[in-house]
Amino acid sequence: MTTLDASYTVRLTVNGEPREVSVPARRTLVDMLRYDLDLTGTKEACSVGVCGACTVLLDGEITASCITLAVQADGAEVTTIEGVAQDGELNPVQQSFIDHGGFQCGICTSGQIVAAKSLLDDNPSPTEEQVKAWMMGNLCRCTGYYQILESIMKAAR
Amino acid sequence: MRDFIFHAPTSLDEALSLLDEHGEDARPIAGGTAMVNLLKQNLVYADHLVGLGKVPGLRGITRSNGDLRIGALTRHREVERSADVADAAPLLQEAYSRVATVRIRNMATVGGGLTHADPAQDPPPALMALGARVVLASLTGTRELPVEDLFVDYYETALEPGELLTEVIVPAQSPDAKGVYLKFLPRTEDDYATVAVAALARVENGACAGVRVALGAVAPTPVRATAVEAALEGQPVTADAIRSAAEAVADQVDPLPDFRGSAEYKRDMAVVFTRRALEQVLGLAE
Repeated sequence: MTTLDASYTVRLTVNGEPREVSVPARRTLVDMLRYDLDLTGTKEACSVGVCGACTVLLDGEITASCITLAVQADGAEVTTIEGVAQDGELNPVQQSFIDHGGFQCGICTSGQIVAAKSLLDDNPSPTEEQVKAWMMGNLCRCTGYYQILESIMKAAR
Repeated sequence: MRDFIFHAPTSLDEALSLLDEHGEDARPIAGGTAMVNLLKQNLVYADHLVGLGKVPGLRGITRSNGDLRIGALTRHREVERSADVADAAPLLQEAYSRVATVRIRNMATVGGGLTHADPAQDPPPALMALGARVVLASLTGTRELPVEDLFVDYYETALEPGELLTEVIVPAQSPDAKGVYLKFLPRTEDDYATVAVAALARVENGACAGVRVALGAVAPTPVRATAVEAALEGQPVTADAIRSAAEAVADQVDPLPDFRGSAEYKRDMAVVFTRRALEQVLGLAE
């Protein structure tokens, strides 16, 4: 008989590596990443899926990890900000955020970069309007939007 | 979040059995955009969550005999990007593409969104204008409802305990019908509508025909504006006829005042946006 405080085994691939984690049903994906897997690059801010800070790729699609249960990610492939650089090489989006001042306090940056990378993987040469429509869901409370937009547009070229 | 037991059925029958066994004490969860937020805020108390992520056969869009059939686990984003939807019901594509943000549309499912029954959602008015039906399954069989009969009250649906919405059916539309979805957003682009209107109509021998109008965010449920439809059907396509028919929406809405506007303001905006939507679908917009 399963009890309310039972643990669940979640098997998933995180940044290319198979992982197995034991969690309560109410553990969110962002908490599993941060507290069970020590992947603290993903941030939690609004906790209701609106701000985009906790954005990760779940089976290749941008997802709010703060309103996803860890148990829902069983069998999935997850990419976090830690998995965006490959073989020690920054992703062009990361380099562009550095070159063009795409961040200030940094809390929203992981989510901004994961979302922007996902857009450019899907559409390598987006228009400014397409970037705005896509990035609308990633808020920056420092309001550094011009630099974020510029970083993404420069990475796209 | 309180503790709960998470079930991960791998067939529809298994999911329905779990929902039947636990009745009011069970909730299905699909994309989680609504349910996890409700759980976090302790607005839903359920000891059993039935995860639908591993149930096969409920995700995808097909066409049969002109009908669009959309599985309940289809993501909003998949509706938005479907060539079949763009071809058969561009109004639906428009409505689904206006929901929240890409991230949320990747997660939120068609069935989950409809059964959440938030009256400010974008898809319900479009589905109502298109005359869509929903398929509800339980251990005892399936039944179909017009989508407007699904919505009973604020966050309340006609689903019985043990029932699961499995499919949405959008019937073939007249090839001459034009549709539009207008979402009034005075605050931010990813907000819920202050007032939203879906309209569908065609011009037949100079007269308005097949007029369907439905609104969101103006009452405890999405509202079909039958009085507007009746006032305009068969009328000559003139600005006066549209203006006068749109006035009829004022008596059909029952808006809740909130930070997006007072009830009076929303009622006025319902008339304005109904008129604009009808002008667009009937070819009178500037």
